[in-house]
Amino acid sequence: MNKTVNPKDLASDGDGPLYAAQKKVYPQSVSGTFRRIKWGLMAVCLGVYYFLPFVRWNRGLGAPSQAVLIDLPNSRFYFFFIELWPQEVYYFTGLLIAAAVALFLMNSVGGRIWCGYLCPQTVWTDLFYAVERLIEGDRRERMKKDKSSDPLKLERISEIVLKHSIWLMIAWWTGGAWVLYFNDAPTLVKELVTFQGPMIAYIWIGILTATTYLLAGYMREQVCTYMCPWPRIQAALTDEWALNVTYRYDRGEKRTSVKKAAELRALGEQVGDCVDCYQCVAVCPTGIDIRNGPQMECIQCGLCIDACDNVMTKIGRPKRLIGYDNDINIHRRQEGKAPIYRIVRARTVVYSVIIAAVGGFMVYTLATRSLLDVNVLHDRNPVAVKLSDGSIRNAYTVRLLNKSGYDRVIAIDAEGPVNLTMHVVGADSVTPDRPMIVIPRDATSELRLLVTAPAENNSEKSIPVRFHVMDIGLGVAASATDNFVAP
Amino acid sequence: MTDHHSDIDSVSGKSTTGHEWDGIKELNTPLPRWWVITFYLTIVWAIAYWVVYPAWPLIASNTTGMFGYSSRADVAVELANLEKIRGAKMAALGTASLADIEKDPALLALARAKGKTVFGDNCAPCHGSGGAGAKGYPNLNDDDWLWGGSLDQIMQTIQFGARSGHAKTHEGQMLAFGKDGVLKPDEIVTAANYVRSLSGLPTRPSFDKAKGEKIFAENCAACHGDAGKGNQEMGAPNLTDKIWLYGSDEATLIETISQGRAGVMPAWEGRLDPATIKAMAVYVHSLGGGK
Repeated sequence: MNKTVNPKDLASDGDGPLYAAQKKVYPQSVSGTFRRIKWGLMAVCLGVYYFLPFVRWNRGLGAPSQAVLIDLPNSRFYFFFIELWPQEVYYFTGLLIAAAVALFLMNSVGGRIWCGYLCPQTVWTDLFYAVERLIEGDRRERMKKDKSSDPLKLERISEIVLKHSIWLMIAWWTGGAWVLYFNDAPTLVKELVTFQGPMIAYIWIGILTATTYLLAGYMREQVCTYMCPWPRIQAALTDEWALNVTYRYDRGEKRTSVKKAAELRALGEQVGDCVDCYQCVAVCPTGIDIRNGPQMECIQCGLCIDACDNVMTKIGRPKRLIGYDNDINIHRRQEGKAPIYRIVRARTVVYSVIIAAVGGFMVYTLATRSLLDVNVLHDRNPVAVKLSDGSIRNAYTVRLLNKSGYDRVIAIDAEGPVNLTMHVVGADSVTPDRPMIVIPRDATSELRLLVTAPAENNSEKSIPVRFHVMDIGLGVAASATDNFVAP
Repeated sequence: MTDHHSDIDSVSGKSTTGHEWDGIKELNTPLPRWWVITFYLTIVWAIAYWVVYPAWPLIASNTTGMFGYSSRADVAVELANLEKIRGAKMAALGTASLADIEKDPALLALARAKGKTVFGDNCAPCHGSGGAGAKGYPNLNDDDWLWGGSLDQIMQTIQFGARSGHAKTHEGQMLAFGKDGVLKPDEIVTAANYVRSLSGLPTRPSFDKAKGEKIFAENCAACHGDAGKGNQEMGAPNLTDKIWLYGSDEATLIETISQGRAGVMPAWEGRLDPATIKAMAVYVHSLGGGK
């Protein structure tokens, strides 16, 4: 980081040998394009998070009617029309891969869009700041109040109490919404308010209330600087074409006051647009000076762009002295060339292709997956049994999965060795060689299947055997292959 | 250590620690206060942990902590809870009849699961983890049973064993016809070949079938039956089928006839509770050989 030294920093930062006291950041309110985008995204993100559990989805009698539900006791995950079983957890792997690459893509296109606009830490901190501003006033007022030597006036105490109460309420509802994803929301809300909810729900609400309150109320930008790995990683993902929140020093330097700049311009001298008003620093939620160049602490939320634009408009200079830009264009402008922006680049194309491939594969497998599945496991000890009449028998553990919302009557057939006979332990067969089993809806059924074949017709050491299972009502079928082994 | 405040880095304006490697100086970047406080709290926590929980190994034992906590006691409590949760189901297993257990899919699944675990702990050393058996130890997956393969017969064998010394154990053994001087060596060879012929195995060219038949009728038929079909009352194996507990080659048969056989199955009554024995009987029966 190529910071220039501000002597004030040195005097006040308690640069002691052991620790440095955290400098509190007092971001000033700001209005503008990026602030509006942030408000909009905050409304969407919080709206989805808080209200999604209440969206209903009819899955028929006996099945949960919550659109998004993580049903841990029954190991099912419901997402609108999708129902995932525990063995399909690889969809989450796909989702995580796609999400990670989407993060890379965002980064290569527009820098830390995630950090500045979508990260929960940013969204909740922003919300907490809004509450704080509403109650305690803007930057200067808050600084004054914190510095005041007489802080215990009743008015001040009531302000503090009110602020923390609202923070805690938001934090509490954040934890409350979290547990609703794991249980039927209306039922759980009813249980919770009547103090009949499960202990684990109260514990989780408590944990998330505490973490939300601490992280958004106190830790704030320190989470981004000290706890989050992303600032470190993203440095490796950005390139010279990525748009980052950038101070256009080619246009801004040298900094002078408005008055002096006007005088100098009148004399035909070259002066910068930056008037050193520190508005960009005042509004920054991480407390940095963007004019020092790209910094690890910068979450690229664009609020300094808004602040600077407002000042530039006031003093009649062109906007976007601070803006989404890259180093290439700064150099091009200095050389008198037009800036160029290139979003379609090798890395953005590669990221997009990966996202499309992973997404496409997931959609394809999801669309073509069977609601009836069969898994077969050959007995290992013994692999084969010789019966008293000399015929050979192999035993298999067959697991049938009925992922549908109705009971299925399943018939099992096997093809492989000549003259085989089949028997399911514990099942009544309608026809001797074609066992029929009922599997309840949304359940699995494990069967022990014995396949016997006379040795004289089957001289091979290992014969492939194919098990067909069929829903005799609906005609849905699945099959699995294994081997019939001779001793 | 040098006074780092005297050395200020010109680029950052920060003081340095005074350490220098190949011209690169280390900036003195103090830790955030909350971080340092957290670090001290972890130290306090660690010391408290030593005191409150069992931690220090002593020569013969260890410090027990302030509340006598032990993870072993935790496990005991959890096992007791598990027993309580399973109690109702295992009780159902205890009261249901063997046939009912096999007909009820839920009970069958429970019995098979329980039986499989207990089988692994108690029976697998002799019979193999899947009941495949070994020489002298019956394969429990096949359809040949020394003492009967019905649910009740299997249960009885598990409960009381064979030649186990239990009052109700299965008795009966293969006599040592050679060792005891009942048959002469050449008669034993003839008997062995006769037994092989019963199940269609090839015999010696010099084998005299009529002589073999006579020896068998006089010595073996009492237990194995006139036709050699065996007798489950006495645990006498069927000699006409394709399954041989000790082997069907001539040398093994000569050894069997000369030395006799008396394999022991221990009695499990008293060592396992009745519901568990029931579960095991159902498990063994469902392995595939049950009649």
